Amino acid sequence: MTVPLTLLGLLEKEPSYGYDLKREYDAYFGGDKPLPFGQVYSTLRRLARDGKVTGGEAEPGAGPDRKPYKITELGTREFDSWLTQPIQPEPHLQAVLFSKVVLALLLGRPADSYLDIQRVAHLQRMRELTEIKRTGSLMQALLADHGLFHLEADLRWIDVTSARLDALAETVRSI
Amino acid sequence: MTSVNQPPRPAAQAARPIIEARDVYRSFGQTPALVGATLAVQPGEMLAVMGPSGSGKSTLLHCLAGIYTPDKGEIWFDGQRLDTLSDTRRTELRRTAFGFVFQFGQLVPELTVTDNIALPLLLGRAGRKAATARADAWLPRLGLDGLGGRRTGELSGGQAQRVALARALVVRPKVLFADEPTGSLDTLTGEMVMELLIGSAREEGTTVVLVTHDARVAAYADRQVLVRDGQVMAIPEAAVGAHAAPAAHAAGAEVAAETEVEVRR
Repeated sequence: MTVPLTLLGLLEKEPSYGYDLKREYDAYFGGDKPLPFGQVYSTLRRLARDGKVTGGEAEPGAGPDRKPYKITELGTREFDSWLTQPIQPEPHLQAVLFSKVVLALLLGRPADSYLDIQRVAHLQRMRELTEIKRTGSLMQALLADHGLFHLEADLRWIDVTSARLDALAETVRSI
Repeated sequence: MTSVNQPPRPAAQAARPIIEARDVYRSFGQTPALVGATLAVQPGEMLAVMGPSGSGKSTLLHCLAGIYTPDKGEIWFDGQRLDTLSDTRRTELRRTAFGFVFQFGQLVPELTVTDNIALPLLLGRAGRKAATARADAWLPRLGLDGLGGRRTGELSGGQAQRVALARALVVRPKVLFADEPTGSLDTLTGEMVMELLIGSAREEGTTVVLVTHDARVAAYADRQVLVRDGQVMAIPEAAVGAHAAPAAHAAGAEVAAETEVEVRR
């Protein structure tokens, strides 16, 4: 979850104070990991510095009055662009697995057992996420689903790669 | 037996397996489907048997359920050899101790929902009134209220699978065998069927042997094993280590990482 953009999104709804933003963030996105106050205020300060929000702490010497944070036109544009553009698909894990497999084959190590070990870890995580889905709130269930579909895609890749290891080994060694 | 995750919980470990395949071989013509498959399922356990098409996972289920006889090896159910029983005795056992759900419900389209569910009881010579009452009791449990009088040919795929599930559970089987039970359903409908399957089996204390190629379906089970080339796959010891946990690159995975979950029930 991208905290600055999410806070911008909450401010797009209505101007708000740091404390309320934190509470709202935690309710929607926090799960079991609430956003620390420090991070809320440091993020809001950076957003203010970059001209994406206004408000917050009054000028030094201006007394205890605080103004609610308010999104600027620049902030709105940034949030809008983030919301409407597809995010970068996440090939990171795949790339790590791929590197491991290719290196294992190059080094004559047991690539198949690395893949098996990864399969076990994936299934374990999928069981955990399924349990969250079965017992959690709708929001938790949908987050868990997101994880499940990703892990399932990894598993399919693991299966396909397992089935083609011999051919891949030949290819790797011929390069 | 080797599995693709931790060994069963201590309580289950101590118990005698409810069903077991010991070094089972089975071929179809010249094609070997199982070549030394060994698997033990503990009472009350929910086990998913995974594997690609043609790996032998369905053959293993059919052998465990006494539908196929192994060419070699042994099948044990509740302390007795299943594969050496007479056909009559094995058929009897299948009807009374086992329940089956397949990819396509295999309901009798001319019969009503209630009659389909009651069928195993009627075949067991239960009185019609008692059988119907027991069948009807399953309707609300599986969200089939008001559908008892419908012909099963008129049902949606998800409804039909729920009827098939009720028919499998109405005899209160010791083991429920499910072969790709969500294979013909969309994601959400399949999840609903799995939820009901796991929930009902758990309430009844029924052991589940679930065959699926779908990891998301398999994740409903307590434990997964992988069948490959006719064998239940051996997994390296290191596999159990937490170091192999996948990177929490997906939002859902982060939820899991932050949440204490009792995976084994």
